Amino acid sequence: MSTEILMPALSPTMEEGKLAKWHVKAGDRISSGDVIAEIETDKATMEVEAVDEGVVSQLLVAEGTEGVKVNAPIAILQGDDEPQAKVPNGAPPLAPQAQAPKPQAIKPPVVPREPELAPDTQMHAITVREALREAMAEEMRRDPTVFLMGEEVGQYQGAYKISQGLLDEFGPKRVIDTPITEQGFAGLGVGAAFGGLRPIIEFMTWNFAMQAIDQIINSAGKTLYMSGGQMGCPIVFRGPNGAASRVGAQHSQSYGAWYAAVPGLKVVAPYFAADAKGLLKAAIRDPNPVIFLENEMCYGRSFDVPKDIDHTVPIGKARVIREGSDVTIVSYSITVGMIMQAADILAKEGIAAELIDLRSLRPLDTQTVVKSVKKTNRIVIAEEGWPVCGIASEIATQVIEQAFDYLDAPPARVTGKDVPMPYAANLEKLALPTVDEIVAAVKSVCYRS
Amino acid sequence: MAKADVTSRAALPTKPKPSKDELAHFYREMLLIRRFEEKAGQLYGMGLIGGFCHLYIGQEAVVVGMQSAIGEGDQVITAYRDHGHMLACGMDPAGVMAELTGRSGGYSRGKGGSMHMFSREKNFFGGHGIVGAQVPLGTGLAFANQYKGNDRVCLTYFGDGAANQGQVYESFNMAELWKLPVVYVIENNQYAMGTSVQRASAETQLHKRGSSFNIPGHEIDGMDVLAVRDAGDFAVKWCREGKGPIILEMKTYRYRGHSMSDPAKYRTREEVDQVREKHDPIDHACQLLLDNKFATEESLKELDKEIRAIVNHAAEFAQTSPEPNPSELWTDIVH
Repeated sequence: MSTEILMPALSPTMEEGKLAKWHVKAGDRISSGDVIAEIETDKATMEVEAVDEGVVSQLLVAEGTEGVKVNAPIAILQGDDEPQAKVPNGAPPLAPQAQAPKPQAIKPPVVPREPELAPDTQMHAITVREALREAMAEEMRRDPTVFLMGEEVGQYQGAYKISQGLLDEFGPKRVIDTPITEQGFAGLGVGAAFGGLRPIIEFMTWNFAMQAIDQIINSAGKTLYMSGGQMGCPIVFRGPNGAASRVGAQHSQSYGAWYAAVPGLKVVAPYFAADAKGLLKAAIRDPNPVIFLENEMCYGRSFDVPKDIDHTVPIGKARVIREGSDVTIVSYSITVGMIMQAADILAKEGIAAELIDLRSLRPLDTQTVVKSVKKTNRIVIAEEGWPVCGIASEIATQVIEQAFDYLDAPPARVTGKDVPMPYAANLEKLALPTVDEIVAAVKSVCYRS
Repeated sequence: MAKADVTSRAALPTKPKPSKDELAHFYREMLLIRRFEEKAGQLYGMGLIGGFCHLYIGQEAVVVGMQSAIGEGDQVITAYRDHGHMLACGMDPAGVMAELTGRSGGYSRGKGGSMHMFSREKNFFGGHGIVGAQVPLGTGLAFANQYKGNDRVCLTYFGDGAANQGQVYESFNMAELWKLPVVYVIENNQYAMGTSVQRASAETQLHKRGSSFNIPGHEIDGMDVLAVRDAGDFAVKWCREGKGPIILEMKTYRYRGHSMSDPAKYRTREEVDQVREKHDPIDHACQLLLDNKFATEESLKELDKEIRAIVNHAAEFAQTSPEPNPSELWTDIVH
């Protein structure tokens, strides 16, 4: 019988990939363990091995095809238990666009430009991943004291490909692979910052940084104060934060509220690529320790970014990304994408939402939020973090303290649920905030059913 | 065999006897630390110094001997028993004492206290309150030296208690892997707060703790300032030559409790007296000065008077310097 060989998922977050190369052709006999193809994901190029034995009767997707969905059939295998299908000799090679459907170009969403950007600013669409990489590369070119250190940042080219190519450009002195030793290299980075360098310390994910949190808070965050202003610590700690996909409780945690609670640290959590780039450049130039919270699920998303290499985004300034009069929706990081979707749904129902992307969590730009609430009289805060003592709780408190008389409804929160992240797909979905929940919360504060 | 190899490649040479000036300098520095600490203890008893205060009395030979091995631009970092290190680095005793009393004339303008003091000018990088946390930091300072391509060395001090912290070994691994110029000075004063080394350490010979990372280590009599100096000279040279880190375990002893509130019930009075009478580092240096006719009873008395005057001035400054302005509460949080 014939079986379909399917496009495999090669990482927790992979939804599609590029069929970079076939190692077999129609008519080849394969057995389990043979490398049959190379597939490029957003993280790496991986070899795919055959599982079953038989003869490849047909390749369904041509080499070089991008955007092949996980589980799409890519070849047909003729098992040994039936007569081989006739394979035409000298079958013409497949043309890349001929077979698989062309992947849909992901159109960058329309986002209002930064008010401070000149109208003639040149923009280009790049992914968040590329934006982060550009920010580091540009700053490393500008300032020889900037270096990158972390697990797999060099030879491996980055666990999430953020640092891809940096080792080639800057060499092993400035792109440093560490042992798996978070507390050690976090502290070493802080010492190097005391010694006059500007380290970028990459945590493979922020979950692993709990091993290093003493060095981040006690050594990096407090020393300027404890030294009466003598000992600044210009360092960036960065990496993916929050839930990825199906990686369970220990790898799916959102640390915004943890670090935002600490005086002496700055904390940023951008969503858009332009903010990722501009804020990372600002963080590297900042004389203080900056916690830079990225999101793995957003690395591959494309947005417009100014081409100007001197463009930075100020730390501590939120941004109104959509104006509206009926309700203020505040968020940061991945849930910014959700409030944008929610706003589209709400608009169809006649509710004009004003959307604020906090971008920074410390300093927290409550002024922008309060100003908006004074106009809309209603607020919903959405975040992936836990509800207890979270960023949303803090925003709600600030609004109550500063704009109580303007509120027509109690502030509402949409957050990650108050549970460790479950593994099961359905439970994980339930644990995370959703667009529907945001829509429902907005309707509730607007007293609409 | 492997263990012997690690250290035999870094065998300690013997050094010539010290000159008069050198020995007199060591004696003076140790005496200053001793008198300073006695005064700090007194001010603590008067309620002028608050919180935790960890005195260095008994361990003076370690920092004084090590300091003589380094030069301009080399760095020093330690934990919270740090007053001696600061004085040895040449920091102003009045500024240190005023920090202990939490006054605006203190090195951290009163915001750090006994455990958290720094001087960029003197390359003293703290003063850290978390046991062992200074070890990666010192390793990072050494990393910065290597990155900049200078030949500076970082002296990273920690105690026998910190020697059981995981981050020490994370640091050892990276330091040897990258051949960082760091001297790890283990001040083994026998007790981590109230727990003796024997009760806390599976391997009590702490200088061997680097052997699985191929870091050589030596046990040194930390009550003998000349032995410390010799080992320090060797270790600093080792680092400057790009050979990577090295460990010096200083066998020393603190006469006072872990902090001021420690009743020290975990050891006998006899044990303390035995060290004080037979192995005191200052008595030892004093005897050497007299034996070599580098000093007389009179000149030593004169010196003692001079030191007491410095310490008294520091104590007075620490009491008359005003408390920090309330506005200081909100400064230096971020740049």
